[in-house]
Amino acid sequence: MAQGWNPGGTSFWKDVWLRLEKNKPAMFGLVVVIIFSAVAIIAPLLSPADPLKTDLSNRLKPPGSPSEICSNGVYILGSDEFGRDILSRILFGARVSLSVGIISQVLVTAIGVTMGALAGYYGGKVDMIIMRIADILFAFPDLLFYIGVMFALGPSIYNVFIALALIGWAGMARLVRSQVLYLREMEYVEAARAQGLSDARIILRHILPNCMGPIIVSVTMGIPGAILAEASLSFLGLGVQPPTPSWGNMIYAARSYMLTNPWYSVWPGIAIMITVFSFNLLGDGLRDALDPRLKR
Amino acid sequence: MTVAGIPLIEVNNLKKYFNVGRGAVLKAVDNVSLHIMEGETLGLVGESGCGKTTMGRTIIRLYEPTSGQVLFEGKNVHKLDGQQLREFNRKAQMIFQDPYASLNPRMTVGDIIGEGIDIHGIYKNKERTDRIYELLGVVGLNKEHANRFPHEFSGGQRQRIGIARALAVEPKFIVCDEPISALDVSIQAQVINLLMELQQKLKLTYLFIAHDLSMVKYVSDRIAVMYLGVVVELATSEDLHNRPLHPYTQALLSAIPVPDPETERKKKRILLEGDVPSPINPPEGCRFAKRCRYAKPVCTEQQPEFKEVEKNHFVACHLY
Repeated sequence: MAQGWNPGGTSFWKDVWLRLEKNKPAMFGLVVVIIFSAVAIIAPLLSPADPLKTDLSNRLKPPGSPSEICSNGVYILGSDEFGRDILSRILFGARVSLSVGIISQVLVTAIGVTMGALAGYYGGKVDMIIMRIADILFAFPDLLFYIGVMFALGPSIYNVFIALALIGWAGMARLVRSQVLYLREMEYVEAARAQGLSDARIILRHILPNCMGPIIVSVTMGIPGAILAEASLSFLGLGVQPPTPSWGNMIYAARSYMLTNPWYSVWPGIAIMITVFSFNLLGDGLRDALDPRLKR
Repeated sequence: MTVAGIPLIEVNNLKKYFNVGRGAVLKAVDNVSLHIMEGETLGLVGESGCGKTTMGRTIIRLYEPTSGQVLFEGKNVHKLDGQQLREFNRKAQMIFQDPYASLNPRMTVGDIIGEGIDIHGIYKNKERTDRIYELLGVVGLNKEHANRFPHEFSGGQRQRIGIARALAVEPKFIVCDEPISALDVSIQAQVINLLMELQQKLKLTYLFIAHDLSMVKYVSDRIAVMYLGVVVELATSEDLHNRPLHPYTQALLSAIPVPDPETERKKKRILLEGDVPSPINPPEGCRFAKRCRYAKPVCTEQQPEFKEVEKNHFVACHLY
């Protein structure tokens, strides 16, 4: 946050990067996240086949079976119940899963941090109203809420973002509020007030940068949660609509073949696991790197 | 040492009560009146919890008073707005007690000091940088420190950064809220000397809050003694030490160790009995009555008036 003050010195974010760089697990997480994101973006170039193209004569083939629809002639990860190439579907599924995870968390963070900061900083009635709404959302069964929103807005990936954000902000707001309640009593906030800083500037420069750690950890935990929630919705027919592949709807499609063709459900499972694991490693590393007091 | 002149700050019947739930009210500051002359240091002493800090914070607008008023250059500070409020925010600053909590750990020292300069638009770009370097020099740090973060500094250095931040907006009046009590003894004198040097150079007015009477005597022109939300005695530094009138002040002074074994051995300490009563529903009458050696029946019935018993020597006690 070293705005306008950087004559040759290391800035705050440069410092963070230097510390993150030394953290091997976090760098592993970061690299995997970047690779997966890149894969999602250039999926059409990498996929051996059209993920929607069926070949009913080659249904549920094990990995390595010869294929007529794949450009390399082999189902590297096998084929699904319609003879589609699982590898291609996973590559394209990364687009859905990552965008659901990331975009929904961006929305959750935007709404949750704003609400939490307002509630914590101003207290009183503002706090009462915001936190009671959050409590109601907490008391509501998540899945029921998603279903309600999807029925109201119609099933589409955009409405999945909205549904996840509408309920997810409450947890973020609660987290940020508790941090703000603590931080607003700090003497440096009083010093800022004594200098006549506006509330907005106090919140943006003195309070929020000091709750970055918990927010980032919460986001990295939220991304896998959102990926799984999208899977549940797809299963119920309210999320991403087949035949568009997502890791969630692939697992649910594979559940019927769990005993006969276990590899079918394993691939999207591994994809989700690696993504979730990488985000968690990255989140932990960022939390350490963002705290200048934790210098090793 | 008394400074003649006009009062910079007048505090009239200031009250600050906190609601602590279930109808209980904590009377942190209860009907305090005093003034601070331009260029002087007013020491404010008392035990922890007596309302010193609340008083300092109310004076610089960190708290809204329950009633009463604070006048700064004749204007009620709690009624200011717009340009006048900005001006007050520049002229009145605070130095905090805990040098570990008073600096934002996410900002560089340069940004911490520069923020006030930015907000009030005092300097820009190159001039701003130069001013920050200059301020660092004034408080005994150097310009290489500007790009570092607070956690890289010791307590004494951090307190110097806090002082530089307060000075950045070119204030006239600074509330020093126990600026040295969190520091090592070896560093305390350095910071005190710095504060006094700055006062001389920049013609600053201080409200110096502390619980250590000997230190306050050294820095202050006049001293106010607080007990449980009220000022019980106010006099010049010398007067207060030579002729303390209030039994509480007498007890406080007798507790200061003297650096001479002979005198120290002969000296009689006045030991106070009992504890400070709770500021929630404080006792009727004189708040000190229960612990006072000279307490008379009237003391528990009627609150003593704060009156001038000698020239420039005020005391709130039924004995005078």
